[in-house]
Amino acid sequence: MTVKEAELWSVAVSPHVKSHESVEKIMWTVVACLMPSLILSIFVFGFQTLIITAVSVGSCLATEAISQKCLRRPVTIKDGSAVITGVLLAYVIPPGVPYWMPVLGGVIAVFVTKQLMGGIGYNIFNPALIGRAFLVATYPVAMTSAWLPPLRDASIFKYMAPGVDAVSTATPLYVLKHYGLDTLIEKFGSLSTMYGNFFIGLRPGCIGETSVLLLMLGGLYLMYKGYITWHIPVSVFASVAFFTWIFGGEEFFTGNPLLAILSGGVPLGAIYMATDYVTSPNQKTGQILFGIGVGALTVLIRLKGGYPEGVAYAILLMNSLTPALDGWFKPKRFAPAKGAVK
Amino acid sequence: MQEMLLTFPKGGVHPSESKSLSEHLAIETLPIPEEVDILLQQHFGAPCKPLVDKKAKVREGDLIGEVAGGLGASIHASVTGTVKGIGASTNPVSITSASVTIQTDRDAPPRSYTIEDWRSLPPEELRKKVKAAGIVGIGGAGFPTHVKLSPPPEAKVDVLIINGVECEPYLTTDHRLMLEHPEDIIEGAKIILAMLGIKECRIGIEANKMDAVEALRKAAADKASDSFKVFVDALKVKYPQGSEKQLIESITKRRVPGFGLPFDVGVIVQNVGTTKALYEAVALNKPLYEKVITLTGKGISRPANLKVRIGTRLSDIVSYLGGTTADLARIVMGGPMMGFPVSTLDVPVTKTTSGVLFLTEEEIDSRAHSQCIRCGWCLDACPMGLQPNEIGVYVEAGRAQDTAKFGLFECFECGCCAFVCPAKRPLVQFIRLAKLKAKR
Repeated sequence: MTVKEAELWSVAVSPHVKSHESVEKIMWTVVACLMPSLILSIFVFGFQTLIITAVSVGSCLATEAISQKCLRRPVTIKDGSAVITGVLLAYVIPPGVPYWMPVLGGVIAVFVTKQLMGGIGYNIFNPALIGRAFLVATYPVAMTSAWLPPLRDASIFKYMAPGVDAVSTATPLYVLKHYGLDTLIEKFGSLSTMYGNFFIGLRPGCIGETSVLLLMLGGLYLMYKGYITWHIPVSVFASVAFFTWIFGGEEFFTGNPLLAILSGGVPLGAIYMATDYVTSPNQKTGQILFGIGVGALTVLIRLKGGYPEGVAYAILLMNSLTPALDGWFKPKRFAPAKGAVK
Repeated sequence: MQEMLLTFPKGGVHPSESKSLSEHLAIETLPIPEEVDILLQQHFGAPCKPLVDKKAKVREGDLIGEVAGGLGASIHASVTGTVKGIGASTNPVSITSASVTIQTDRDAPPRSYTIEDWRSLPPEELRKKVKAAGIVGIGGAGFPTHVKLSPPPEAKVDVLIINGVECEPYLTTDHRLMLEHPEDIIEGAKIILAMLGIKECRIGIEANKMDAVEALRKAAADKASDSFKVFVDALKVKYPQGSEKQLIESITKRRVPGFGLPFDVGVIVQNVGTTKALYEAVALNKPLYEKVITLTGKGISRPANLKVRIGTRLSDIVSYLGGTTADLARIVMGGPMMGFPVSTLDVPVTKTTSGVLFLTEEEIDSRAHSQCIRCGWCLDACPMGLQPNEIGVYVEAGRAQDTAKFGLFECFECGCCAFVCPAKRPLVQFIRLAKLKAKR
């Protein structure tokens, strides 16, 4: 029987219905969940945080498009993944850096870390964190000292005025490491004011890491949508708290776990970076071990390393263990036959 | 109080049910078409040899095809008329296959059947009747029923499960059968129990069909005069609740091992449609030559649950229902999760056709796929605990032969992985490719 081609209906392999989720929807939702922190940062550190973030996102998008063109791959900048990298890269650099700095970070993040590895889904390390690590290695002074004290009034253009040199300050973790808790409390007036400011985000730090409240709200929404699960964030928080409690004080079991979670980059790292699909394990047991590892390494770097903060390196180190964790913890098969290949 | 719904623990998805298009529509009978194409292979096993010649006169219910040897099932004329030819017809899966085309004699009187008492017959006689009527599993695979109901003596079967789950979206065939013919299904279940020499039957139905649950419970209570125990279990709405292994686990908590069969864990499963056909075969001596199918989707003018003769071409059904809509994009035989699409309406209905979907662009998702983002959602969705993500990546990398370690051969292609994949990856397609290249 011959049928004219025009009369044939198109065919495809089942299933013929699919869920309404998509890579774009996930990525843009994550971007949206990160936006409140950006808005807050404008009022805390000034308008230049918006410029730095925009430059970072622009750099990541341009790098993605150009490298995909050069590597003869489809250009996929609309999927939102390069935007997330751009936003996260800006969020982990200090608010007083020169505007060109995120350009360099974006190129390293997207071209070297992601596209050269094979593009989305094939990178071993978190692109934004490699971008940051590269900047810390190449511009250590700016990356470790361009901190700004929170603005006390609504003058968001204050730090942008010509001739005003950055009014450098220090991050809470730096003060804690070098001067101790009492000095830190002194700077905020009282312990409860300090915790309150940390929770809302009124403290020196990287652009997007300061507001525990806003980051957690976004994280809860991502969990509600099913885009991330509690396993990695909760195990990172628990691990940082636990190891700080044991080793963080003058004596064993006298550390301050709450301060450890509120004062640095743990919320941003635990909720938005350690949960990156590509670079974290995809089985629950592996995820919990991954989170514990991130927390333990963070505490180790904070207490014994040269840097006051260690979340970024902790996540990168655990990223390298992800293939192994996925290999050790596989899904449990229904009831494999005797002698089935495993 | 809300009753406890049974379910299976691992994986599964919740696609939009889309059953409201046809679930309220009573079964209607399609007028007998002018011609039917009866495929000579409609079941698992060997194809049938035709027993009639061109120009032969046949009556509806006459045997026209038989398996020479080995596994298979007989095929009967679905209309009274003249054999127009024995040749090849469009086959929904293998493009073309051998078939008998019969031209209908419009004036022939319909064949009638009278009820016989089956209770005095020994199990062997019952099995013979099932074999003679050409009964196969009409829920999907088309496994010859008389073979399935002859488990080896070492298998200690103690439960019969009747599958009324109908977990595929859109399809409402089994739902309507349970609502309109609950007594026949209960009676059919008792025939199977008698054949197997066991007492317990559990009927599993998803909780989106509580009216069917009630209907079957009532029918079971009305007929509870003998020693057979028939229970109706309401199951949680979760795809693939109706998959044999998942259904057995939901109801009995037993797991059928890989490459094993239900009787390995003491269970036999039959679909409700098969059970009704079996009842007609045994109590009425009526062969399987007509069946109820769901015609639905936004691409057909009038959705319906239709009783059609085996061999009816889709084109005849479509014109009876007023044609398709302008935005029809894909025609699928079976459910949207596991059904296969057809490229033409010349395809005939077979014993295993459960429905035909006429889907518009808005109902299907034909977006291009991208690289795996390793979200792991397919791992959570897979009811068999396999790794569809890895199989897909391996196939793309040209290493399909190395994918058995991800559980490839335990996959029954339910489609949960591809359903949830946000990158829209054709994971079932990758898996089928891998199955061709990998070694067990």
